[in-house]
Amino acid sequence: MSSTSTTSLKDLFLNGIIKENTIFKLALSLCPSIAVTNNLKNGIFMGAAVLFVQTMVNITISLMRKVIHPKVRLPIFMLVISGWVTVTSMLMAAFVPDVYAKVGLYIQLIVAFASILARAEMFASKNSFMPSMADGLGMGVGFLFALTVISFFRELVGKGTLTIPTSLSSAHVITFMHTKPLLIMVLPAGGFLAVGILMAFFNWIDVRYMKKGAVSH
Amino acid sequence: MESTKKEQLIVSVSPHIKSDETTSRIMWTVSLALMPAMLSGLYFFGLKALFITALSIVSCMVFEQWYLKMVGKTSVLSDGSGFLTGLLLGMNMPASLWSFSPFTVHIPVIASFFAIVITKQLFGGLGYNVFNPALIGRAFALISWPKAMTIWNEPTAAFLAMDAKTTATPLGILKEEGLSKLIEVFGDKMNLYMHLLTGNRAGSIGETSAIAILIGGLFLLYKKYISWHIPVSFLATAALMAWIFGGKEGLFQGDPIVHLISGGMMLGAWFMATDYVTSPSVRNGQILFGIGCGFLTMIIRLKGGFPEGVMFAILIMNCFAPLIDRGFKAKVFGAVKQPKVKEAK
Repeated sequence: MSSTSTTSLKDLFLNGIIKENTIFKLALSLCPSIAVTNNLKNGIFMGAAVLFVQTMVNITISLMRKVIHPKVRLPIFMLVISGWVTVTSMLMAAFVPDVYAKVGLYIQLIVAFASILARAEMFASKNSFMPSMADGLGMGVGFLFALTVISFFRELVGKGTLTIPTSLSSAHVITFMHTKPLLIMVLPAGGFLAVGILMAFFNWIDVRYMKKGAVSH
Repeated sequence: MESTKKEQLIVSVSPHIKSDETTSRIMWTVSLALMPAMLSGLYFFGLKALFITALSIVSCMVFEQWYLKMVGKTSVLSDGSGFLTGLLLGMNMPASLWSFSPFTVHIPVIASFFAIVITKQLFGGLGYNVFNPALIGRAFALISWPKAMTIWNEPTAAFLAMDAKTTATPLGILKEEGLSKLIEVFGDKMNLYMHLLTGNRAGSIGETSAIAILIGGLFLLYKKYISWHIPVSFLATAALMAWIFGGKEGLFQGDPIVHLISGGMMLGAWFMATDYVTSPSVRNGQILFGIGCGFLTMIIRLKGGFPEGVMFAILIMNCFAPLIDRGFKAKVFGAVKQPKVKEAK
């Protein structure tokens, strides 16, 4: 994974989505994946914010890697991450205030995401610009994909509706059922259930259909 | 050896004395012990109660069979644990679930799936589950369909009647309007006790009749399938708490009897908390387990948002069962406690 000379950019990008999906494979950053995913729109915006932060952090660290002294690298990573998180949270507060009201706290929490610091430490600080960007994009898209699937599942099963964002400020709510079919799924307990069930499902697919070389750990 | 008869010497590893007790025998006996409560439920809630319980039992057994087949394990359907889970789950649901508009018949089926597949089999099957499957099934149903799970039919004692008035459970009235209102509803205090003891009151199918449950519980106690430690400490703690903190006017004003024989207290104490798998197996630990159950039940009943707390109390204490077992482990005979080595200052 960390040997970049032999892996193509496409592989690096796909690695974060399939083989090392932050939530379904590495089981990192489970806090927002449970907290904000009871609504499809919130899940998508949260995922997009992480995608942005992950990519920008990877790019920045990669560009700065020659000048960062190894002894102070972690504080510097944290400073870079918090900088980009502040940018993201300000952008979201300005352009999507209604979403920000719901997920704002978790946007701030991106600072403490294990996955972002881990990619900065393990990948971006050792690799050049293009691989780092591919890795950041892949990890971010993987996270966005996971949050979208979880929130799709939870909102559909828990509330019988789907809130699909049509633009930054508007969303279209499709109502499938007027009664709440399985209320527990939109409650916190249902978040754990949904993540667990989907994790099992994706691992099952992995074992069943992608046997050759897919298992990385 | 003078005996001419050639005796066959069998050499085997211990245990050498084997008992007739098997898992399936225990399971079926517990199911038998539940029958008085079940019959009283049938008597008061009619055919609907029968349908709901049968549906839970059948779905539990079908799901267990399906899962075991899917993962390629041998079928253990005959050991009766699936049957018992289904029976307990059915007895913990209101009879009003058997209704087609609004459609709520699917609730026992989904709760059975949750109880058997997720709570029991995914944790490794019988003997490995952390939580009581029937209670998790009910908790799942209560949280998912809070409205449907709290529509209580008035007991009719008319077996074939499919229509029933809905009413509040005694605990619901106690929570919302207090003891004086509860006594007013049932006439006088003796009348209230009689209704609660015989089971002529609103509630889940199998939980209403305190006497019928007590018969089953004492039967299990007599057969030594359960010990007195959990039920007695559970009920005693709950009664003490109800007496001290149950009154609206001040301390020591509460009515412990109403709390003991209403809600799911009896069913919980005798049949749910004593589940072998999910309760401690050390005697002293069982007492602590029962005290914890009683304490949490009364906390939820008196201070919590739900009128009934037996289910959540037992589930919370289930988490602690392994820890309690470890803490109360019997001392190894002859073992010497290692003296603590003092660190040099």
